[in-house]
Amino acid sequence: MGRRITPVRLLINTVAAWIVGLMIFFPILWMVLASFKTELEAFATPPSFLFFDWTLENYATVQGRSDYLHHALNSVIVAGGSTLIAMLIAVPAAWSMAFAPSKRTKDILLWMLSTKMMPPVGVLMPIYLLYRTFGMLDTLSGLILVLCLGNLPIVVWMLFTYFKEIPKDILEAARMDGATIGRELIYVLTPMAVPGIASTLLLNVILAWNEAFWTLNLSTSAAAPLTVFIASYSSPEGLFWAKLSAASTMAIAPILVLGWFSQRQLVRGLTFGAVK
Amino acid sequence: MARITLEGVAKSFGAHAVIHGADLEIADGSFVVFVGPSGCGKTTLLRLIAGLEDVTAGRILIDGANLVGVPAAKRGLSMVFQSYALYPHMSVRGNIGFGLKMAGTPRAEASRKVEAAAATLNLTAYLDRKPRELSGGQRQRVAIGRAIVREPKAFLFDEPLSNLDAALRVQMRLEITTLQRQLKTTAIYVTHDQVEAMTMADRIVVLNAGRIEQFGSPLELYDRPANLFVAGFIGSPRMNFVGQETAHSYGAATIGIRPEHLKAARDGEGWQGRVSVAEHLGSDTFLHVDVPGIGNLTARSIGELGLTTGDPVCLLPDPARIHRFDRDGKSMRS
Repeated sequence: MGRRITPVRLLINTVAAWIVGLMIFFPILWMVLASFKTELEAFATPPSFLFFDWTLENYATVQGRSDYLHHALNSVIVAGGSTLIAMLIAVPAAWSMAFAPSKRTKDILLWMLSTKMMPPVGVLMPIYLLYRTFGMLDTLSGLILVLCLGNLPIVVWMLFTYFKEIPKDILEAARMDGATIGRELIYVLTPMAVPGIASTLLLNVILAWNEAFWTLNLSTSAAAPLTVFIASYSSPEGLFWAKLSAASTMAIAPILVLGWFSQRQLVRGLTFGAVK
Repeated sequence: MARITLEGVAKSFGAHAVIHGADLEIADGSFVVFVGPSGCGKTTLLRLIAGLEDVTAGRILIDGANLVGVPAAKRGLSMVFQSYALYPHMSVRGNIGFGLKMAGTPRAEASRKVEAAAATLNLTAYLDRKPRELSGGQRQRVAIGRAIVREPKAFLFDEPLSNLDAALRVQMRLEITTLQRQLKTTAIYVTHDQVEAMTMADRIVVLNAGRIEQFGSPLELYDRPANLFVAGFIGSPRMNFVGQETAHSYGAATIGIRPEHLKAARDGEGWQGRVSVAEHLGSDTFLHVDVPGIGNLTARSIGELGLTTGDPVCLLPDPARIHRFDRDGKSMRS
């Protein structure tokens, strides 16, 4: 018998869920609010919540001091480029591991995951030196390469899990129906794998967009994406809370919009296969 | 329409041999059932014919043409899977028509054929639904529709009814046999259910541990089993086996008597024993009888005998229906 949900219980649950949700959301909300305050108000104790002099001056200053669009474009190129290349490598890789596994498939999967167990800072020195030697510091291609390689194991793993969920029988049925490998891919596998591929793609774009370790260490200005743009407002000559907040708000806005419109797809993708 | 020939077909997965050299001749238009316990290799044999697995040795011929090396897609066979394996993103129309699309059939002709197949299978009202909106029986019909619409050389069925409930299974069993008789297309049907095998087949292949034990019509297998395995596998309840002196007196290592060929009576001639369990079905009575010196025997009687647990009973075997087997389990027939 299912548990009965009384109106009182429903009310308590709703209130509790809202409290938890607001707690998680609060730092972001605070950041957005702070971006509309003056530097002085952003510091003030006790902090003012909604009743302060709303101002857009931070946004103006930030845009005036550093070119937002330049960094945003870099972010789009780096996140999009690294995701695209990762997908091009990962789809065939995951496909072959899921449908034509060899004795070593399991080892390869584990080995790929193991590369994610090491803190990136452990290989910062060699990678930095390599990049310096080959003149890849502060280049878009350099960032695309490092983010692509960094996220590749996760992308392969995610796609592998999706492909694994597709019953082999259905592909065999297509073969019995006279479909060649190519047509089996186009007419049967791809339509069935689209939700999985889409959510992997979205997740990877978000991961690459937010990646700060490598972007901060390997780029300064020419190739610098939005993470570097934010970090430049936390400088040795003093913290500028309001301007930092304005920069951060501008940096997360595009990905927030993307996430908002694709939330259904993302949740479905992340819980795919969990419940049959 | 096809005659299918297997010549020394063998299959190993690594060092593990699954099929040990099978030879078989399947006549054009016949309905052949592969039956055997799980793990006997019946599904593997079907998949070898389908081309979903590669043979390790031997030849598979359709109308004399060797199929080894020909990919599944080019063999012109169609298959109905145990899991139905419908394309979840396509409508019933799309599922049934997929094979025709792959074959490049003109759209109008394909559409006409799909509708004809759907009409045969009572699916016309469901043509625009997705598989998830159908019941188990309807999904099964779609899978069959997908197989028949292409007018293949032969149908391959891999335990197609095992996911259905008992009543539906009986109905679908009839529909599949009727359909096959109408189309006169060679069919190979894999099942572990010997009732399905007996009722559907023109000829049955009994498989055990990767070997063909016997190939014959259902009644041949019932009346003249080649060995102990076939004797025990075909028939329900299963055949009684008696060894020791009783068998020696018939000049055999083991003798087998089917439960329906043991006449049970309260008293009279035959083996004396006591009823350990009596199963009353109304139409039949199954008596499990403990006979001292021989062992536990099952007897099947038509109607109700009024015997219950503990009652003494006499079992008289029909001398003409006693099966004799030698030391190796092979049938001894004079």
